[in-house]
Amino acid sequence: MATFKEFRNNVKPNWCPGCGDFSIQAAIQRAAANVGLEPEQLAVISGIGCSGRISGYINAYGLHGIHGRALPIAQGVKLANRELTVIASGGDGDGFAIGMGHTVHAIRRNLNITYIVMDNQIYGLTKGQTSPRSAEGFKTKSTPEGSIESTLSPLEIAMSAGATFVAQSFSSDLKGLTSLIEQGIKHEGFSLINVFSPCVTFNKINTYDWFKENIVSLEQFPDYDPSNRVAAMNRIMETNGMLTGLIYQNTTRKSYEDMISGFKPEGLAKQELAITEEQFNQLVAEFK
Amino acid sequence: MISQLSWKIGGQQGEGVESTDRIFSTALNRLGYYLYGYRHFSSRIKGGHTNNKIRISTKPIRAISDDLDILVAFDQESIDLNSAELRKGGVIVADAKFNPTIPDGIDARLFAVPITKMAEELGTSLMKNMVASGASWALLGLPLEVFNKAVEEEFGRKGPAIVEKNIEAVKRGAEFVLEQAGGPLDEFKLGEADGEQKLFMIGNEAIGLGSIAAGCRLMSAYPITPASEIMEYLIKKLPKFGGTVVQTEDEIAAVTMAIGANYAGVRTMTASAGPGLSLMMEAIGLAGMTETPLVIVNTQRGGPSTGLPTKQEQSDLNAMVYGTHGEIPKVVIAPASIEDCFYDMIEAFNVSEQYQVPVIVMTDLQLSLGKQSCDPFDYSKVQISRGKLVTDAPALEGPELFKRYELTEDGISPRILPGEKGGLHHVTGVEHDEVGRPSENAMNRQRMMDKRLNKLNDLSIRDAIRVDAPNETPDLLIIGMGSTGGTIDAARTMLGQDGVTSNHITIRQIHPFPTAALTPYLEKAKKVVVIENNATAQLAGQIKMYAGYADKIESLLKYDGNPFLPLEVYKASKELS
Repeated sequence: MATFKEFRNNVKPNWCPGCGDFSIQAAIQRAAANVGLEPEQLAVISGIGCSGRISGYINAYGLHGIHGRALPIAQGVKLANRELTVIASGGDGDGFAIGMGHTVHAIRRNLNITYIVMDNQIYGLTKGQTSPRSAEGFKTKSTPEGSIESTLSPLEIAMSAGATFVAQSFSSDLKGLTSLIEQGIKHEGFSLINVFSPCVTFNKINTYDWFKENIVSLEQFPDYDPSNRVAAMNRIMETNGMLTGLIYQNTTRKSYEDMISGFKPEGLAKQELAITEEQFNQLVAEFK
Repeated sequence: MISQLSWKIGGQQGEGVESTDRIFSTALNRLGYYLYGYRHFSSRIKGGHTNNKIRISTKPIRAISDDLDILVAFDQESIDLNSAELRKGGVIVADAKFNPTIPDGIDARLFAVPITKMAEELGTSLMKNMVASGASWALLGLPLEVFNKAVEEEFGRKGPAIVEKNIEAVKRGAEFVLEQAGGPLDEFKLGEADGEQKLFMIGNEAIGLGSIAAGCRLMSAYPITPASEIMEYLIKKLPKFGGTVVQTEDEIAAVTMAIGANYAGVRTMTASAGPGLSLMMEAIGLAGMTETPLVIVNTQRGGPSTGLPTKQEQSDLNAMVYGTHGEIPKVVIAPASIEDCFYDMIEAFNVSEQYQVPVIVMTDLQLSLGKQSCDPFDYSKVQISRGKLVTDAPALEGPELFKRYELTEDGISPRILPGEKGGLHHVTGVEHDEVGRPSENAMNRQRMMDKRLNKLNDLSIRDAIRVDAPNETPDLLIIGMGSTGGTIDAARTMLGQDGVTSNHITIRQIHPFPTAALTPYLEKAKKVVVIENNATAQLAGQIKMYAGYADKIESLLKYDGNPFLPLEVYKASKELS
């Protein structure tokens, strides 16, 4: 059995010292080991941005694709070999701006993959522009007088799109985050985990201290039932989206793979490519 | 006895024009005739004039005809719009209900059949297309039982009562018109067909069938005219082979999902037309940069922007060759027949894995949607080759990674799939080293660029150029691509009758351009005419750029949305010769 150390490689991340992404990387590595994966059984598919580099920092199969498209690539990987554990990852710009269309439809489609968003409320790699997650009034290089667009609520959008697993965490809470990722991996369907990951260089508002002050942990509500969709939506709205923990899980809906007609448990990539002459003749007969 | 004739049915969209055409042509196919279909339709579902034309022949044909023998019309508009096409003495079969008239100056015979009335007598006006097709079939003097068999297959699912009524509708239409005409028309008596079993299908179906034979098991696509038939065919068939089709949220998702699935080891395709192809451009670059196999079918239609979405054009050539930023190796293949559509898909999947590159298969609307007879496909020619796919890599030591981008002599590196124990490596669209780690090292950059861009140096697909060169030094070398080949050959027959000698080359490997193969033919021709359905002579541009001979190359262009007609090509070529 692999330990989390086997999910480490010798590549030094190009993240700034103190970046929240380091902890998310560690949490993924620990969760992968905790659920009993070997490195070759995991594929991490990432987008573009500071966070997108994560696929290169984990000793597993990894594909660092193009901006906003981590999810369709990850879904393609999963369809091709459902025996793999597939984690898609990227930033809030990647998933909620350029890639928002894919996010909503990946949620609807409900393939058995885990999507970890490293949410820092700003564009870091391009050196500090506004993100859909930035607060109204947030001043950046692209919004010198403050953002005049409303802040996007990924949790509400995920819920309304029919998500079967919605969680949120904070990069400082390594233990809680690791546990949520493990639950996400085990969930039979699409799991969204939005993680507050402070940008220490360009975001001077949403700092570690700011999050500590504003986060509302679900641990405060021992009776909270994550299978109650209405309660989940209410709690998200009541806390203005600052809620952390497993917010919603639907264990009754089957994953996309389980609903595809004729789709076998064995990875498609391992199945025979050639068709028999008899099958061929059957196909051709229709056109006579 | 005649060796060929043309039949057309016209009416409002949604009036049964499609199904009538389907039954009519299926029956003809069973009798062993060669068929070539052309659909005229608009980007709307109900209403608007639509017509389907079939050319019927005792010998192979690959082009629509210049004229028309029989027109079946459901409304006066169909007569007004299409009767000019009728040859002298041609026949119009029309619904008596609208008091059909022959426009001034048209020399034709009109059979006004109470089509709607007969259908309504049988219970529903929906059956008027059966009355009409029965009437026109009877005029040809062809056996009614073959026609009825096709009717049975079309309506079998709806139960025997419906089948019976439709067959009765056919019979009444036939009887009425035969009484009016005094029996089948002698001038429409087709010679015997050769009796060989042929397939009758559209290019998009041949593409779908070829893909399954090639081992394609996944398709991710977004609906678009004229590509949707490919996904519609595959979603019916792929589940039987363990695969599926995903209808994605857009073409970007379609192509990136296909990249992910190919990366993980399943032959996966997407298909689209111009607007979708434009959206896929960035991802095509990712496939090129990460050396991930990928097959895209682009069924060209009229551009730019939404352009003429249901009309013929070949104007995406430059977009396919040059699209995506930066420089990547890429293959563009242009099937020129239904048979090509089938075999080229097998080659496209093989090339994409052997060379680890994106391959675009470009058709055009007429090839994708025009229903045609074709020779049976040969199962023994279906060979699957996955190139340097490694399945037994030794275990990795410590932090070592698999050299997925190893610098090799031919530039092609071993490829391994996620899940393999000894295969860990990274994949990124960022410039990278041999194990896939990002690298900005200048020397590595140059080596990796050279490695990728030299991979295709020796590529030559089956019939990279297809040559019909009976003349050593022809007056004309006519060059085309895609669906225009049959029209060019029909024009060449006319040129030959005038004493103009011609050779014909179909360019099938559009990119990398087959310069060496083509050059000797350009050299020996007195004049070259390049025929293409676009306004800016894109194919001619490639020829001039790679092979030269600009001084003897002329272009014949058509971009009004319609395919070339043999007469047009003949007249223009003759003028240029």
